[in-house]
Amino acid sequence: MLAEVRKLLTTRLWWILLLVMAGYVAFLGGVLGFAITTDPGGNADVVLPAGADAATTVYSVVNGAGYVFPLIIGSLMMTTEFRHKTVTESLLVEPRRSVFLGAKLLVAVPVGLVFGLVAVLAVVAAGSPLLAARGDGAFLGDGDVLASLLLAAVVIAVWAVIGVAFGSLVTNQVAAIVIILAFTQFVEPIARTVGGAVDALAPVAQYLPGAAADAVIGASFFSGFGGGSVDLLPRWAGLLVLIGYAVVLAALARVTTLRRDLL
Amino acid sequence: MTTYDGPPIVVEGLRKTFGPVVAVDDLTFTVRPGAVTGFLGPNGAGKTTTLRMLLGLTTPTAGRTLVGDRPYAAHPVPARTVGAALEASSFHPGRTGLGHLEVYAGQVGASKTRCRELLDLVGMTEAADRRVQGYSMGMRQRLGLATALLGDPPAVVLDEPANGLDPEGIVWMRHLLRHFAEEGRTVLVSSHVLGEVQSTVDDVVVIARGGRLVHASSLADLAALADADTYVVAPDGAALRRLGEQRGWTVEAEGPGFRVPSVPSAEIGRAAHEAGVELHQLATRGADLEKVFLRLTADQGQQAAPGEHPGVAA
Repeated sequence: MLAEVRKLLTTRLWWILLLVMAGYVAFLGGVLGFAITTDPGGNADVVLPAGADAATTVYSVVNGAGYVFPLIIGSLMMTTEFRHKTVTESLLVEPRRSVFLGAKLLVAVPVGLVFGLVAVLAVVAAGSPLLAARGDGAFLGDGDVLASLLLAAVVIAVWAVIGVAFGSLVTNQVAAIVIILAFTQFVEPIARTVGGAVDALAPVAQYLPGAAADAVIGASFFSGFGGGSVDLLPRWAGLLVLIGYAVVLAALARVTTLRRDLL
Repeated sequence: MTTYDGPPIVVEGLRKTFGPVVAVDDLTFTVRPGAVTGFLGPNGAGKTTTLRMLLGLTTPTAGRTLVGDRPYAAHPVPARTVGAALEASSFHPGRTGLGHLEVYAGQVGASKTRCRELLDLVGMTEAADRRVQGYSMGMRQRLGLATALLGDPPAVVLDEPANGLDPEGIVWMRHLLRHFAEEGRTVLVSSHVLGEVQSTVDDVVVIARGGRLVHASSLADLAALADADTYVVAPDGAALRRLGEQRGWTVEAEGPGFRVPSVPSAEIGRAAHEAGVELHQLATRGADLEKVFLRLTADQGQQAAPGEHPGVAA
């Protein structure tokens, strides 16, 4: 366990990714905070969220746009071992491969929480002044909004665990990053948009990982605009679906990649 | 001097195939404690594959390996029983030497002080806080050795430890390995060059391509397989050559004298005395172990079959 923490902290990658994530969500939080508090003018088709919904929608970029970061840091926790062949040393020290994988999955939780909390602070710092000054308020004293902020940090932690599980399945670092970027930036947004437009697909779209994460937070990029086109699962179901992804990926990795011979 | 109760390392009927390629074939040998054993074979003979099976990284197709009374992975803290250094390149380039040791120190119960001491031991005090990406091959070998010693293990397994070391480093490594053996540890060292370990090892295990055992004995017994050469300096070279023709020796000019392969010096001395040939030097040349090694590991007329990839097992 401690070894896994040391593996991360003795490299520079984690804080570089943390800074980039904080900057990225702060920027998007600012842009969204500005947009949501700006009168759409003559364009009456656009229904902007107002009040606490406006606040949660702005704050939800932590998950909606930021989840690629915990996925990447999580996957790197495993793929780095394969890229630099340190997995040999790691397995010499801990030959029980389930323990090796389990330690990484567990350590991803606090790592993800740190990423989540920093991202939440960043988006609040950037978005709340705009909401307070130009909109209906920042709602930082509102229980639902606060719950949604805390749950966002939790969701980021689960994303990090999913990242470790995915990195264990796809141990080639470049491949893992490309797949994560392609899925999060391209495949899933399209799938969710299609799911929102085609009624028959809506129930399926709910179970996409990003949609499940939005369900936990209770707000979404996708439902914030365009009149709440995507139905979200209940909060608890969203969390279960998300954890389910981590469990399935980790189990698959354990019986495939991690069972193989190391050459 | 600290003494260790080194466990014997036992390899029994070990076999590993990768698809149609046989990397290790029914390999059986034992490594005794208190001695340095050289595990020798040409590149691709299956040395690393064997060591990886010994260390639980690769699953054998058949057979088993034991360290002491059980397989490596069945020891409670394996790295405290066997210290292993397999590849000189398996470090995260962004970590410092000390950082690398500290990552694994906790799991084997080594303190930060011990990490520093080990870096001192392997001559890496200066480089402790530098990132591994700037290390030379020799420095990586030294760091790998320090990693292997983290758990102060009674058995040490090193894969090609002399690779990348300068001559001074090789001498240093030789002394260290001898010292380990004297302490009672079990020391297993692989190499594809016999000369590299010839002055270090007590025992040899030689495998040929395809992972077949071709020889296992003490170094002295291996040396006995070698034909000694005799070096002769005679002022009347023509007389010596005539003597050689009569006796059926090969007499090859070398430097100021002649080399007579595979003929004991006593036989030459006696013959020269009887024939009245004056000799100024008569010396037995050290047995050419490298030749024996090459003969043992030669493919015995069969070249690598098409579709065989010797590199796989390297």
